[in-house]
Amino acid sequence: MDSLALEVGRTLAPEAIMFWILAPLAVVSALGMLFVKKAVHSALLLAWVMITLAIFYIAQDALFLGIVQIIVYTGAVMMLFLFILMLVGVDSSDSLVENIRGQRPAAITAAIGLGGLLVSLIARSNLGVQSIGLRDANADGNVQGIASELFTKYVWAFEVVSALLITAALGAMVLAHSTSTKSRTAQRDQSIARFRGASLATAAGLPSSGVYALHNAVDVPALLPDGTPAPTSVSATLDARGDMLSSKPFELEVKEVEED
Amino acid sequence: MDIANYIYLSALLFTIGAIGVVVRRNAIVVFMCVELMLNAANLAFVTFSRIHGNLTGQVASFFTMVVAACEVVVGLAIIVTIYRSRRSASVDDASLLKR
Repeated sequence: MDSLALEVGRTLAPEAIMFWILAPLAVVSALGMLFVKKAVHSALLLAWVMITLAIFYIAQDALFLGIVQIIVYTGAVMMLFLFILMLVGVDSSDSLVENIRGQRPAAITAAIGLGGLLVSLIARSNLGVQSIGLRDANADGNVQGIASELFTKYVWAFEVVSALLITAALGAMVLAHSTSTKSRTAQRDQSIARFRGASLATAAGLPSSGVYALHNAVDVPALLPDGTPAPTSVSATLDARGDMLSSKPFELEVKEVEED
Repeated sequence: MDIANYIYLSALLFTIGAIGVVVRRNAIVVFMCVELMLNAANLAFVTFSRIHGNLTGQVASFFTMVVAACEVVVGLAIIVTIYRSRRSASVDDASLLKR
């Protein structure tokens, strides 16, 4: 073994600067995912890691994947995660009771062992190639290059993946579907209930609130044919709060016209 | 900077995701850590694609993204179904077979 570190080629200085700024940020936010209590904070940190990765993809001449990463991951997938978080309960935090004794220290030890193994393996490996770069592969453009691979060599995998997507969508619909225990009251049932009720006074629906020349808000009752205000024309909530106005000041004063 | 640093970063993120999967109890956070592991693998794919100078790695990464999207859809539907019947998103509470 001639060198201990995997050396495949140097990057230009701007990319190195970008890497040394963004990579620690990505690692810190990924670590933060483990330590924050609230699942929403975890989701936001994950979104930041994904944006960082998208920048890395674009820096490594994978323009299409970088854009797809932002659209699919930080857009769709994280939106779905936040949606489910809101559905399931934002403040659902972890229970601290250990069900299996010693699981946490054992898990952390094993995971750190895995990390050490991976890093040391990478450090001791030798690819035997120097980085070629994607200039030739991307000569016709990155999207065109991926498309020509995807629709010639990998067209069968592409078809299978489309079947997988349809299956996943159907599966999610079946899983999320729930049948309600009682049937919905349709318009017909409501109509029957109105006419079979105790009184026919509300069979045609409740009257709407008063409309006057000076005032036509929902807080003034309408007048019944005999001139008395109809309290059912104003929402019961307004009445309970004492916000119901009297209709008296807005009524038209009928002046007696003396006829000759 | 050597290009291999991207591979180291990918290994680190994968490890962090693995720790999250085994340590966290909230099913949704566990799921997000799985997503982090998938993303780390994607970074390795893209970097190797650059090292070898062909786009096969990027195509593999593309397929990973599609499969991850399917997995998220079905997984979250399962979490919602479990939450509906058990009122809990903790992975420890789904232990009906034990009792």
